[in-house]
Amino acid sequence: MDRRARISAILRRVAKNEDLPGPEVSLFETGYLDSFGLPDVLSALEQEFGITIPDADLNPRKFDTIERIEEYLDSRE
Amino acid sequence: MAFLKAFGSWLPERVVTSEEAASWVGTDAQWVKNVSGIIERRFASDTETVADMAARAGADCLERAGALASSVKMLLVTSGSSERQFPGPASAAAEKLGLKDIPAIDLPLASAGSLFAMSLASKLAEQVGEILVIGAEKMSRLVAREPQERGVAVLFGDGAGACLVSPESGMCEVVDSQIASDGSFSEDLYAEADSPIRMNGRSVILQASRKIPGSIRTVLERHGILPDQVSAFLMHQANQNLIVRIAEALGVPSERFYSNIDRYGNTSSASMLIAAAEWCREHTFTPGEPVVFAGFGAGFHWGALLARAT
Repeated sequence: MDRRARISAILRRVAKNEDLPGPEVSLFETGYLDSFGLPDVLSALEQEFGITIPDADLNPRKFDTIERIEEYLDSRE
Repeated sequence: MAFLKAFGSWLPERVVTSEEAASWVGTDAQWVKNVSGIIERRFASDTETVADMAARAGADCLERAGALASSVKMLLVTSGSSERQFPGPASAAAEKLGLKDIPAIDLPLASAGSLFAMSLASKLAEQVGEILVIGAEKMSRLVAREPQERGVAVLFGDGAGACLVSPESGMCEVVDSQIASDGSFSEDLYAEADSPIRMNGRSVILQASRKIPGSIRTVLERHGILPDQVSAFLMHQANQNLIVRIAEALGVPSERFYSNIDRYGNTSSASMLIAAAEWCREHTFTPGEPVVFAGFGAGFHWGALLARAT
């Protein structure tokens, strides 16, 4: 499974919603994720990609879209 | 050594239902309950001040401790909603409580203030003597400011809580505490004079979801205690969904986290002490049982305190 598919699987699992927004569309503004879903997404990303997201990176804007999540993961490689 | 001798609280009479609060911002009570767990909150009258509420909670605490005002050697009052820039409510509350010629100190912190004040009092009590810690908030002043935001205005309530910290004896001994601050998030939750509360809810929840469990684990691990061994978690009543999430993060049943947010809303720095006061009235301590206090708020400030029943 490629990285975008892994991210998408996490988002679908946390949001319990198969109707995922496009990669450049806000997960929050569309209501796909609520404020309480984001901590779960980040914990799942940490597990899935074997990283630890430091508190200083816990900025919701960094994880607002699938593309931004990918950019963040790029920055951690 | 420091001990928690007694807790006290005071809540205003006026009940503001979520139906009423929701009507201010064009939503409904079910939405308020879904996003926060809040069914109602209390609002003080126009003439009741933060110092008035602080003094009433302090008096309740002293009465429950069987202590005289003359035994109090320091007063710490924490509030993020005091009416005046200076002086803060501590000196007026001291006057109302009959506390003479002692230092009455303000800690102008929102939400995490009681935790910070308890932590400081526990470190100072041996040198100072008995310290009365009070958290008092009149959040209704702040939520009334226009423009009211849906995700903010419905969350808050008024009230006061208190704790008497003693160097000699009490129902619990303070074992350890950890408090911390990170100013890089100071723009994510704040209130300026005459302006409404500004809150980046996603950032607050994200940080609180990590930092509260982190602080709790830190104080527990220092003493070889597992979260599941803790009798009760008495934390800042910010949001029921957050409380449940923190319980999940620690792997303990959410019932172990005392909650009264459905009745009082988020009373900011008063909430943890109001919760503690109510929990203590309902609970009989078993010697040795661990109890954890925790808070998180604007700043960001956060921390946890571990106590053990005597």
